[in-house]
Amino acid sequence: MSIFDFFRTPKKASAADQAKERLQIVLAHERAGRDSPDFLPQLQKELLDVIKKYVSIDDDKVAVKLDRASGYSTLEVNVELPAPAKGAARAASGGKVAAAGNA
Amino acid sequence: MAKIIVMTSGKGGVGKTTSSAAFGTGLALRGFKTCIIDFDVGLRNLDLIMGCERRVVFDFINVINGEARLSQALIKDKRVENLYILPTSQTRDKDALTEQGVEKILNELKKEFDYIICDSPAGIERGALMALYFADHAIIVTNPEVSSVRDSDRILGVIQAKSRRAEKGEAPVQEHLLVTRYDPERVEKGEMLKVEDVLEILAIPLLGIIPESPAVLRASNVGMPVVLDDKSNAGQAYSDAVGRFLGEKIEHRFVKVEKKGFFDRLLRRTA
Repeated sequence: MSIFDFFRTPKKASAADQAKERLQIVLAHERAGRDSPDFLPQLQKELLDVIKKYVSIDDDKVAVKLDRASGYSTLEVNVELPAPAKGAARAASGGKVAAAGNA
Repeated sequence: MAKIIVMTSGKGGVGKTTSSAAFGTGLALRGFKTCIIDFDVGLRNLDLIMGCERRVVFDFINVINGEARLSQALIKDKRVENLYILPTSQTRDKDALTEQGVEKILNELKKEFDYIICDSPAGIERGALMALYFADHAIIVTNPEVSSVRDSDRILGVIQAKSRRAEKGEAPVQEHLLVTRYDPERVEKGEMLKVEDVLEILAIPLLGIIPESPAVLRASNVGMPVVLDDKSNAGQAYSDAVGRFLGEKIEHRFVKVEKKGFFDRLLRRTA
């Protein structure tokens, strides 16, 4: 940084730059939603039902995510287990299942 | 073998009909027998843009329903040889477009024409889906503006999932990007998305850049496809796009701010 930069007002991103950035973010999100198979909500529900048979958990403590890279897909299932009754630290167990698939 | 081209965008008002008229006329000018079909049932406008609104007797829907023969509904352009328009119905709604009906007529047209241009309505409903379903090529008309780019991305997703080529697992529909209403001056000021940005986001090959031009409104006022105004930059840009579509190597024009000469500035002349 030169001494002259001190006097300059920082350059704002132009309106066009902002447009590009906003588009990139929103489209990344929408494309991911478009490509994700429609079985994910059902899978999440059934997983919850199975886990509930053994442990009592909140409905919103399960996250199912499908990621795609070139050549393989990753199915990530995160289940947050409730804290044991006697005030011990909260346990969170995460499980990852990597499944080969067409990306 | 006839090629079916869909002119689509998702968003309305970006220049699909203007582009269909200009592009179809451009193909006919180069000697290809071309038919432009209006798929916007209930909101017919291609006839006005092409200047044949007073010659419409039968329409696309009449032919689908067997109320008229195709030859009775096709309107031959009076200016350009090899150019025909198939207008749509102004009174029916989009449910009148059946897949079998559209396919039958396209098959009949394919026997006679080199290119069939399907001018899609806005949206992603029946009319738009029918316009893109049978396509071999898709020209995506996009304004350098956030909502248009987003809708173009959406319609590309629809083409990749719901076109006949996609459903049958054939070679995919060939996609082309046509950026319209481009204003190099505003781009230079950082007020408008650069064509490079739009390309980076949509990631499909660029067919042409049509500059914002008063010639487009002038042409539509008098019912003339703007490509026939060969003095206008928009007309020339459409003509270039047609050339590129046919495989010619043509550099993109009208993308930089033109330096105005001393006299231009003195007289405040505009394009």
